[in-house]
Amino acid sequence: MRRIEVYPYSKLYEQMGQPVTVGDSNIALFKLSNGEVHAIENRSPHPKGGILSEGLVSGHYVFCPLYDWKISLLDGLVQSPDTGSVKKYEVEVEDNKVYILLD
Amino acid sequence: MKKQLVMIGNGMAGVRAIEEILKLNKEEFEITIFGKEPYPNYNRIQLSHVLQGDTTVAEIIMNDWDWYKENHIQLFTNESIVKINPENKTVESSNGRITAYDKLIIATGSSPFILPVKGADKQGVTGFRDIQDCEVMIKTAESYKKAVVIGGGLLGLEAARGLIDLGMTVDVVHLMPHLMERQLDPTASQMLQRELESQGMNFLMEKQTEEILGEERVTGIRFTDGSETAADLVVMAVGIKPNIELAAACGLEVNRGIVVNDYIETSIPDIYAVGECAEHREVTYGLVAPLYEQAKVLAETIVGKRESTYEGSITGTQLKVSGVDLYSAGEIMDDPSVKAIKVHNEFDGIYKKILVRDNKIAGIVLYGNTKDSSKLFRMMMAKEEITDLTDISLLQKAGEEGAEDIGSIPADEVVCGCNGVTKGTIVEAIQTQGLTTLNQVSGCTNAGRSCGRCKPLVNDILMHTLGDSFDASLAKDSLCGCTALSRDEVVEEIRTKGLTAVKEVMNVLEWKQEEGCSKCRPAINYFLGMVHMDTYQDDRDSRLVNEKMHANIQKDGTYSVVPRMYGGVTNAKDLMKIAQIAEKYNVPLVKLTGGQRIGLFGVKREDLTAVWQELDMPSGYAYGKTLRTVKTCVGSQFCRFGTQDSMSLGMELEKKFERLDTPHKVKMGVSACPRNCAESGIKDLGYVGIDGGWEIYVGGNGGTDLRAGDLAWTVTTEAEVMEYSSAFLQYYRETANYLERTSTWLERLGLDHVKAHLADKNIREKLNDRLDQTLQRYNEPWKQAIEDQKVNEKYYSTKEVELV
Repeated sequence: MRRIEVYPYSKLYEQMGQPVTVGDSNIALFKLSNGEVHAIENRSPHPKGGILSEGLVSGHYVFCPLYDWKISLLDGLVQSPDTGSVKKYEVEVEDNKVYILLD
Repeated sequence: MKKQLVMIGNGMAGVRAIEEILKLNKEEFEITIFGKEPYPNYNRIQLSHVLQGDTTVAEIIMNDWDWYKENHIQLFTNESIVKINPENKTVESSNGRITAYDKLIIATGSSPFILPVKGADKQGVTGFRDIQDCEVMIKTAESYKKAVVIGGGLLGLEAARGLIDLGMTVDVVHLMPHLMERQLDPTASQMLQRELESQGMNFLMEKQTEEILGEERVTGIRFTDGSETAADLVVMAVGIKPNIELAAACGLEVNRGIVVNDYIETSIPDIYAVGECAEHREVTYGLVAPLYEQAKVLAETIVGKRESTYEGSITGTQLKVSGVDLYSAGEIMDDPSVKAIKVHNEFDGIYKKILVRDNKIAGIVLYGNTKDSSKLFRMMMAKEEITDLTDISLLQKAGEEGAEDIGSIPADEVVCGCNGVTKGTIVEAIQTQGLTTLNQVSGCTNAGRSCGRCKPLVNDILMHTLGDSFDASLAKDSLCGCTALSRDEVVEEIRTKGLTAVKEVMNVLEWKQEEGCSKCRPAINYFLGMVHMDTYQDDRDSRLVNEKMHANIQKDGTYSVVPRMYGGVTNAKDLMKIAQIAEKYNVPLVKLTGGQRIGLFGVKREDLTAVWQELDMPSGYAYGKTLRTVKTCVGSQFCRFGTQDSMSLGMELEKKFERLDTPHKVKMGVSACPRNCAESGIKDLGYVGIDGGWEIYVGGNGGTDLRAGDLAWTVTTEAEVMEYSSAFLQYYRETANYLERTSTWLERLGLDHVKAHLADKNIREKLNDRLDQTLQRYNEPWKQAIEDQKVNEKYYSTKEVELV
């Protein structure tokens, strides 16, 4: 498990996604209204793909900007009636730094 | 040890049977499925939509790979079974794989019937049955022009329509004098033929194919009467034949199909056949509903319940050919033993016929309007006496149907035939799970998820059910699942309570989801901006991606940049700038857009602000619910026909209304004469120059809801053009639902109403005032992104972290 510093916490905006590339992985960071930061793979599980970082954020859900799938940021699960899941990354925040844990 | 359940075939009926088995008992079987196509189970009914380009293969997949995985089903695709050995209870696949079974389901479906004529094996001759056939047709259409479809039934007509959409010239050959003669009577059939001819199909009726002509590849067809027609592609759509060879070879009793009893059992124990390959009481079925009924009975048999039996199905045929709704059930042809009640409304293209024998309905044919189909079908099946219903009316007044009709549907009536969902199931789901939208109902019950034909009825049931549980007068469209309030109620609350922010609206009005959803947030943001004309602080994060980013997101996550070119007029300086930027930023595609401007496609997110800065042009808002473009013709400045200066008016309109938030996108067109080169007839607001003035057309649409604009006003001065246009736009802004185009809005309110409302000079002035006040609020968004560091950082930054 590696702990990678990816972004300053204070530069993340509430209810917004922020794309970051870590090595070969495209990751979207989301800061919720309650201040929590979550990270998921920046790729929609919709068969046609697309990115997630620019989606509308509501509570702990992001709406896929291309096909409007509703995806939980807590576990990466697509909400019904659609199905699927997106990879979720563990996040730690310390001293204004956002870290991602990579396998 | 679990029992081995093997299924041959991976289509809709078979997989439905597996779903039913899993519902009854998840643990009993280890399931293996062999499918000869390389896909998981897909919705074959939707193939014609794939061909017509309305949808993609990915979108018609019904059970994706994950479904098989989650249910521990071993799926072998691209692998057919070549032999069944009932003695050893094994099957052998095309790869030589031997698999043992305890229970075996044969669900091999059917194949297109290929006419046994000379030349039928030539290149360019195909059936229309699976994804591969679709792909062959799509590919052929890329390099060839002329297609011939043999067979004027549903499948043939759908194929023909798809090929026309792919740009081919299409002949439809039919053996009989009338199209779809098994579903339609001659009157309805002729109406259909005329409609399809107007869509570009050419019919060769009463022609029997004798030979397919050509060397290796087809070049034409010769008929038995000696005539010929040219063809680069021949689609055989004359019928289907059940795939029974495998079953016959292992000694199963077969006839036209594999013979099954009322428990869906074949003549050999532990072998079952379901779907189009099965024959029950001498009938084989091709429609999905009876097959799903069989699947349900089969599941009970296989898990050992043996309670239900399949009694055969009598179904109505509900279909849609090229935008025409058709329905038929029971008997079709007039004959001396029946009396017909007919309504033939040539004006609206509607034809309805009910055949009556002994005071009971014996047959139904509906063309153009099939709303009565479930009611009539129910009456026919129940053998209801219609003597008391002497006033049975085919032509009902608008509004007469609806609530009462829905109430009279029995709970056990199947509403969604494809998925066998009854009205009772839908009502129960709505009541117990608190559903408020059609999508939620579909998501929870599957109703409307296959062919989609029942969606209007499901929606009526939804409205009716909600109406009962609240108050019949309160049945309404809520804004979204987050609230029970309708659009009008939300706007009213914003006004009376003086709400000024999206969060405040959701909070005060007690939204179920605290932070809303992708439906309501953009709508609330719009309503607030409409109510608080010049003071509203736009909530950018409540806008969807394109409006939030001020650029159109493309499918790969890049963006398109379309700068404003007022009235479609540009100059050498701007063109050079655009060219240089395209080169500098390696823009993959530079294209003229449909709205007379230049689009740069494939710009990276992090390059957006730099591209905008170098362009130094305003945003064309090619992404917004706002004024898109004003298309103009050259007009009197250069054109010898032009009676008015269309370019100047177009530029003036675009400069006035640019950036204005509207419920949906708004397009305008200005033509200098009635030749109408700017296509003003299909714009939300269209202007046509005439001698001494302008005609103003409203509510036109060239897109999804194709609609010709209505001539609303003829005015003499450009000042009047601006006055009426502003008043119209503002009235639309204040009364339309969010995401409602002017075309549907105008249909809803009625042209007469809108004209009457705006006939009052006083009202027009007030609308103009409110619009002008609103327009003061806007800033140039690209400039803001360049100049405001925070905006730049928040919306356009990216970061790369290197792993060391």
